[in-house]
Amino acid sequence: MKHLLATDGLDPALATAVLDTADELKHTLLGREVKKLPTLRGRTVITLFYENSTRTRVSFEIAGKWMSADVINVSASSSSVNKGESLRDTALTLAAAGADCVIVRHPASGAAQRLSEWLAEPGTSVVNAGDGTHEHPTQALLDAATLRERLGSLKDRRIAIVGDVLHSRVARSNIHLLAALGAEVVLVAPPTLLPYGVESLPVTVSHDLDAELPAVDAVMMLRVQAERMHGGFFPSAREYSIAYGLSERRQKLLPDHAVVLHPGPMLRGMEIASAVADSPASAITEQVRNGVHVRMAVLYHLLASEGATA
Amino acid sequence: MSTVIKGARPYGEGDPVDVLIEDGVITAIGAVQVPEGAEVIEAAGQVLLPGFVDLHTHLREPGREDTETIDSGSAAAALGGYTAVFAMANTDPVADNAVIVDHVWRRGQEVGLVDVHPVGAVTVGLKGEKLAELGTMAASQARVKVFSDDGLCVADPLLMRRALEYSTALDVVIAQHAEEPRLTVGAQAHEGERAARLGYTGWPAAAEESIVARDCLLALHANARLHVCHVSTSGTADVLRWAKDRGTKVSAEVTPHHLLLTDERLATYDPVNKVNPPLRTESDAERLRTALAEGVIDCVATDHAPHAVQDKDTEWSAARPGMLGLQTALSIVAETMVRTGLLDWRGVARVMSERPAEIGNLADQGRPIAAGEPANLTLVDPDAEWTVRGAELASIAANTPYEGMRLPGVVTATLLRGRVTARDGKIC
Repeated sequence: MKHLLATDGLDPALATAVLDTADELKHTLLGREVKKLPTLRGRTVITLFYENSTRTRVSFEIAGKWMSADVINVSASSSSVNKGESLRDTALTLAAAGADCVIVRHPASGAAQRLSEWLAEPGTSVVNAGDGTHEHPTQALLDAATLRERLGSLKDRRIAIVGDVLHSRVARSNIHLLAALGAEVVLVAPPTLLPYGVESLPVTVSHDLDAELPAVDAVMMLRVQAERMHGGFFPSAREYSIAYGLSERRQKLLPDHAVVLHPGPMLRGMEIASAVADSPASAITEQVRNGVHVRMAVLYHLLASEGATA
Repeated sequence: MSTVIKGARPYGEGDPVDVLIEDGVITAIGAVQVPEGAEVIEAAGQVLLPGFVDLHTHLREPGREDTETIDSGSAAAALGGYTAVFAMANTDPVADNAVIVDHVWRRGQEVGLVDVHPVGAVTVGLKGEKLAELGTMAASQARVKVFSDDGLCVADPLLMRRALEYSTALDVVIAQHAEEPRLTVGAQAHEGERAARLGYTGWPAAAEESIVARDCLLALHANARLHVCHVSTSGTADVLRWAKDRGTKVSAEVTPHHLLLTDERLATYDPVNKVNPPLRTESDAERLRTALAEGVIDCVATDHAPHAVQDKDTEWSAARPGMLGLQTALSIVAETMVRTGLLDWRGVARVMSERPAEIGNLADQGRPIAAGEPANLTLVDPDAEWTVRGAELASIAANTPYEGMRLPGVVTATLLRGRVTARDGKIC
């Protein structure tokens, strides 16, 4: 693996290998006082974030540091980007300075792919940490790792993805990865929050959350950005919550084994009731924990396992 | 000064003939005695067409001379077989007054490779708030015949109505960039299956079609002439057919890139493919080709849009929309319309020369190839092919989506009022 840009088209065998590595790493580090492996000693990993993020950036940083890589964080607001430098020039500068891997978050869909083309010659790996409304592949991998832990195999499992699919890179990455791993995906959202052309994706679509919940093995709630509530996508937060929020009443419709996920940050009370988010069915904290191991596994496959995978 | 074109076939029809040109006018067609001292162009196997007219060119001067100038754009036009171009008004400063349009017209005259006709802005500063001085520009030295806020839509229906009504007193045409701005906020690519998968914010077909439908009704109401820029969707072709059947004075253009390229290119995320309106689906492109063949869409216009490297070699959402078009237009039309049998060369003359000249109200362009007519002519080798290299094109910019593509149809010579402006790929 040279880059991780998307789950669309990701070889299921490779995805499974990353998940298996994450699992292995998790068990290797379990109970250790010093969580440090020497695997990436001498390698330099740069996080290049053009959007604010705490959990993803920190997760990558911890993952890199636990693998003994030198991790450097660059944020657009405190760098030459702020002086108008282009993404291309910034990327080439980082590569010239010796980066083995650039982890990029960017508001433009396709930015990670462009970066990988510009960095092809220096041979620097690129990880997409979220590009516009396109993909967020490590989030999907950590979601899959969490679901595997709770449900075992994902084959023939039915997963509902609920909420703002239109603006969600998390949803797109999950749709492709879950489908590749054999799960069925149902999108539950108001028509205004589904992308035009959604039928081309490997999903079914529903606008009735109550009807879907009894038949799903997991429900993945999506974040609704507060700023979009007034954009005419739905009449009010109240109405959205009534139709698409995961309330305590709705949770009772789920099968006993069903898992509740949310990529965070959560709008408690609107997207998900606090009692549901904090219930035993919720795997939201595990998602964060697994995120570190999955990102360690991704860095391992990019930087340490030459020839081990495609 | 005399020139003889030997052995070409006008419109690709009939037996080869010789064409004698004297003092800028075609004086004889047939077996011609070459006058002493005449320039002879050997053109066996070549097709002779009236010089092409582009209703939609961005020459970027004044304001962005780092991407194109009237010099370089005129050269690109001549090499592409054009004898007249209409230079869009979205320059910096905007061509919304007589001073700027006269400057553009005069610079075109000085360069002298093609007739450069400035397009005047419909509204002051392209702001869509207040009509520009259409009458003053129409009466200026530049004699502006086409007005457009291209790049932006005249979205206010009342202002568009006033522009259409006012234009009827001036015998000019209002050319609309049809894009309902409220439906394309943040839009980056055709709204459809590919955008959904790749995470582009969608530019829905209805944003174009709804404005075209509205403007057709307004033009009919005002009995005014409306020209629709760069039609990109099959639905717009349907609206145009409906409007024309009702007697609306509406004409429309399609770009070469919308005839050939589709949103399949979105997967590259390479902004060389970013254009406004966006590349649509294969079924849209197919419908545009048939609509052009049927005359529902009147003509081909390049929307030649040069951009600097830093404005294109970037992430998609930061890149400017647009691509070069002047030197590749004939080849793309040959590829999509002639090779497919949708148009013969007489049809190419209609869509690339005659209809654009009529729409732009040019008396001496798009004329028949006949004795007594002005010698604005283009020679095309229909059997030759060439490989596109952006860096070798005459434009200052190099943003071509056809880089490395092998295309049919080579423009071998262009004559403006009898003077050879381009020959064998070189400016004369």
